[in-house]
Amino acid sequence: MVRFQNVQKSYDGETLVVKDLNLDIATGEFVTMLGPSGSGKTTTLMMLAGFEPATHGEIYLNGNPINNVPPHKRGIGMVFQNYALFPHMSVAENLAFPLAVRGMTKSEQEDKVKRVLEMVELPEFGGRRPAQLSGGQQQRVAVARALVFEPDLVLMDEPLGALDKQLREQMQYEIKHIHESLGVTVVYVTHDQSEALTMSDRVAVFEDGIIQQLSSPEELYERPKNSFVAQFIGENNKLRGTVQEIGKDKLATVKLDSGDMVKALAVNVSSKGERTLLSVRPERVAIEPKKTPNTVTLTGRVEELIYLGDHIRTRMSVAGHPDFIVKVPNNAEHHELTQGQTTTLGWQAEDCRALDDLAA
Amino acid sequence: MKKFLTTSLSVLALGAVSTAASAEGSLTAVSWGGAYTKSQVKAYHEPFTAKTGIKINSVDYSGGIAEVKAQVEAGNVSWDIVDVELSDAVRGCDEGIFEKIDASTLPAGADGKPAQEDFLPGTLHECAVANIVWSTIYAYDDTKIGDKKPTTMADFFDTKTWEGKRGLRKGPKPNLEFALIADGVAAADVYEELAKPESIDRAFAKLDTIKASAVWWEAGAQPPQLLADGEVLMTTAYNGRIFNAVAAENKPFVIVWDGQVWDIDLWAIPKGAPNMDKAMEFLKFSTETQQLANQAKYIAYGPARMSSAPLVGKYEDGKIDMGPQMPTAAANLANAVQNDFEWWADNQDALNERFNAWLAQ
Amino acid sequence: MTDVAAPGAPENITTSDGVPLKVSLARATRRQRMQALLLVLPLLLFLLVAFVLPIGEMLFRSIYSPIGPDVLPNFSKVIQEWDGEDLPPESTFEVFVKDMTAARESNEIGKTVGNLATRVNYEIPGSRGLFTKSARKVKNITEGPYKEALIGLDKRWEDQHIWRTLQRISSNYTMSFYLAATDRKYDENNDIVMADPLYQIYLPIMGKTLWLSALITFICLLVAYPVSYLLATLPLRTSNLLMIMVLLPFWTSLLVRTTAWIAMLQTEGIVNNILVFTRVISEESRIQMIYNQTGTIVAMVHILLPFMILPLYSVMKTIPPYYMRAARSLGATGTYSFVKVYFPQTIPGIAAGTLLVFILAIGYYITPALVGGSDGLLISNLIADHIKKTLNWSLGSALGAILLAIVLIFYWIYNKLVGVDNLKFG
Repeated sequence: MVRFQNVQKSYDGETLVVKDLNLDIATGEFVTMLGPSGSGKTTTLMMLAGFEPATHGEIYLNGNPINNVPPHKRGIGMVFQNYALFPHMSVAENLAFPLAVRGMTKSEQEDKVKRVLEMVELPEFGGRRPAQLSGGQQQRVAVARALVFEPDLVLMDEPLGALDKQLREQMQYEIKHIHESLGVTVVYVTHDQSEALTMSDRVAVFEDGIIQQLSSPEELYERPKNSFVAQFIGENNKLRGTVQEIGKDKLATVKLDSGDMVKALAVNVSSKGERTLLSVRPERVAIEPKKTPNTVTLTGRVEELIYLGDHIRTRMSVAGHPDFIVKVPNNAEHHELTQGQTTTLGWQAEDCRALDDLAA
Repeated sequence: MKKFLTTSLSVLALGAVSTAASAEGSLTAVSWGGAYTKSQVKAYHEPFTAKTGIKINSVDYSGGIAEVKAQVEAGNVSWDIVDVELSDAVRGCDEGIFEKIDASTLPAGADGKPAQEDFLPGTLHECAVANIVWSTIYAYDDTKIGDKKPTTMADFFDTKTWEGKRGLRKGPKPNLEFALIADGVAAADVYEELAKPESIDRAFAKLDTIKASAVWWEAGAQPPQLLADGEVLMTTAYNGRIFNAVAAENKPFVIVWDGQVWDIDLWAIPKGAPNMDKAMEFLKFSTETQQLANQAKYIAYGPARMSSAPLVGKYEDGKIDMGPQMPTAAANLANAVQNDFEWWADNQDALNERFNAWLAQ
Repeated sequence: MTDVAAPGAPENITTSDGVPLKVSLARATRRQRMQALLLVLPLLLFLLVAFVLPIGEMLFRSIYSPIGPDVLPNFSKVIQEWDGEDLPPESTFEVFVKDMTAARESNEIGKTVGNLATRVNYEIPGSRGLFTKSARKVKNITEGPYKEALIGLDKRWEDQHIWRTLQRISSNYTMSFYLAATDRKYDENNDIVMADPLYQIYLPIMGKTLWLSALITFICLLVAYPVSYLLATLPLRTSNLLMIMVLLPFWTSLLVRTTAWIAMLQTEGIVNNILVFTRVISEESRIQMIYNQTGTIVAMVHILLPFMILPLYSVMKTIPPYYMRAARSLGATGTYSFVKVYFPQTIPGIAAGTLLVFILAIGYYITPALVGGSDGLLISNLIADHIKKTLNWSLGSALGAILLAIVLIFYWIYNKLVGVDNLKFG
């Protein structure tokens, strides 16, 4: 459906905001571009929408190059960060705008507006002005407007950024449902990783103008390809060390800076002597683990305990790192820890991923 | 209520007019500025201060009695003596804003003739004493006019022979007189003719013939500038301004005296002037035979006293003989008329409206 | 405050000690209100002295003209009894002669025969001399029959028109100045008629003022709109520079700017010189661009332009670029998006700018006075003439009041069309 081929973008002719982007999006897919601000995700979306020309490379829509197609001829629906509802028009007029542009008759317009208002559960709101709606209602109207002319592709640029947390979560599901029921292709931009993980079929993590990883949410969380993705998605504990040996089972032996020797899954380390950053998710760490052949154990000192109901967030000093987080489940057999106590902790070697060390 | 309102408006209307300090030993004299005020400073103010020790504070204004009226009505007069046109002197006197002046108290002429006989006829007024005779004439730039020179008022209106712009004062006075003279009325008969309503139409019809070429001026300093800039080929002007451009700035301007309308300027004292006695003393001093003759050394306006005429000498550079430059010189009076202030007082308001309506068409 | 209000009692809420809540609230905020009043007091006083009083005075002066009763106090009373037929009775003539003699003697400011003559001359042009000349001789008439004696001084005293006019101006209040300001007058029979077309000036100039102001406003809008758009959309550094260029003339004296236009546009001026030099026009066919309507329009557009740009800019600045993008993403062409989405949102700025420029233009004085020449004069120039030159302050006031009324009418229409709260001045 959408294809970016070697796309580059520069605003000032000196630095590249988007460096060699290649991306294929299938019909009906929900793809999220996730990344911190300035990572190039919004620029990529604007190039797709046609508001920014690509400096180099080609963008295809349904197999046709669209670099020279002006935005209004691309037939792409778009939801903007601030909704961009026209303040001088009523909700119904806003919704009828793309229909009127396409030369539909008044009755067709009314019909479609009515249906789309029902879809977003605002059937009574056609006569109101956008300013008379709440944030969530405006959001729905904005989505409805992007969909009312039945585009194959809808772009959403941080559409939920202005909503409070509760409303945002509700809207995430609503958008997801609309996507599923209509079968449109959605390209979604956000800097909120939980939003990306909740809604997407695939997530493209942007950083420094490059897609760091493009994969399903699960894959992204469980198997980050590099330390940036690992740090950006979810919480993780970091341990620094040097690769001593990489075994045939893809398990590397790493000597931590504290001197401890641990095993970890070699993801993007390739040779002996290389600096590496070990990443392990807090929920995969166990206190006083049962020993199995692949268990890695270390000792740690409890620094801080935070009671969070379902689990106890425990900050420990491990191998010289004072901010090693362990989530101790609040279940029947959990260990009672006290501040200052020293204990053993451990994890399965394949849960610990040896990644490139960004700081190196 | 009414008094309060009047006062408040008058105070506001005064606006920026500063209340000049009426300190002991000084006097505020108001005049038209430029070369004219300069000639008064040289001929009147400086000798007066030398003689009496009274300093004279010179203030410029652009004519009319509006400011004087505002000061007098507000009861806050800061001007002691004002140089006014005859029509303004008459109107101001009629409306009671100028002091009455007893002409018999004026000094006799140098030849011993009493003041009432020495001043030119019609130059002494109930509330004002004339100092000079000035004239509205027309002039051209000799270097641009071509070989054929205009000599009559009719030539001024002849845009076929002398193709080019004409500078005219923005107002009916004295354009109506000029128009009738150009249309064949003898200068002396102009006001008699103007008394007939159809003559007004005739004058405007004549003005119509040069309306397309007209450039309108308002301040006396403008016409010489228009001529110098080449904005106009000929322009009506005050004779003194043209003379000064010729004498002081060596401009190649030529005055055509045919059809000139001459008028007088007078000293008047606003009612309630802060230094009334000194103002009167200055008025008498400055209109003495010698002072009036001296003024002619600096500007080409004629003295109002007959006894001054023989004393008029050369321009301050010592070269130009001033006698023939005066509006009152016999040669210049061949076809001339004195501005009829009474006729204008009667008809000014209506003719202003007609003139403005005509202009705006 | 709320904690002392009796719960569940929406009417007549009282504080815990029984004082009505409203009273208690008023007491509590009184001090604040007094302080607020003290803060605005200087401005209020200034407005009162510099704005309300002069305008009140102007409105008053346009109908209040006590010269008749002031100069001829007794005559003003007895003339009211005259039925307007033939001539007034001998007794009235006697009172007139005595009043005239007294007025001639007293010479009190504002109550002289000159004032009366000026006043009557407004109504009957050319009658001034009748009064001033007769006044000089009227003291010689000491005994009757006064009517014949007066007519003996001047035949014009036989004219009924004079006496009807004197009767009319013998009241403190008059409509004549409003009539004059609308090119109307009383004829010999006291009927209101239009003035002779040759003397009609105020209505045509008023019409021209409105038309020129509308034209100037329109040109300002055309010129200012793209400039404001650039200002609002260019990067900050560039737009700041542009803004300085817009404001620079604002910081220059009005007189200097107007004079600069004279230097530019006069027939021997820069524009003409360039045109002649580049042979676009010949030496003989230099274009008259100043001292006429063109000059007034050009100079006034330039001077009033910032008043259009600033409100437009301040409105455009608040319109984010994503509206246009949204419209385009919805399938609208650039032009369509502009017309349907961008333009309507700038209407508050357009409304404010046009109102501001139009009202300023209607009352503009200096520029048309300097570059207006013969046909570029506006109504304010005539008002200034009457205040400064002809001293007919009442007529000037009447014209000013009409101008004020026109401005208020436009403001009212605007309020109906756009809503004054919707105007954004910056």
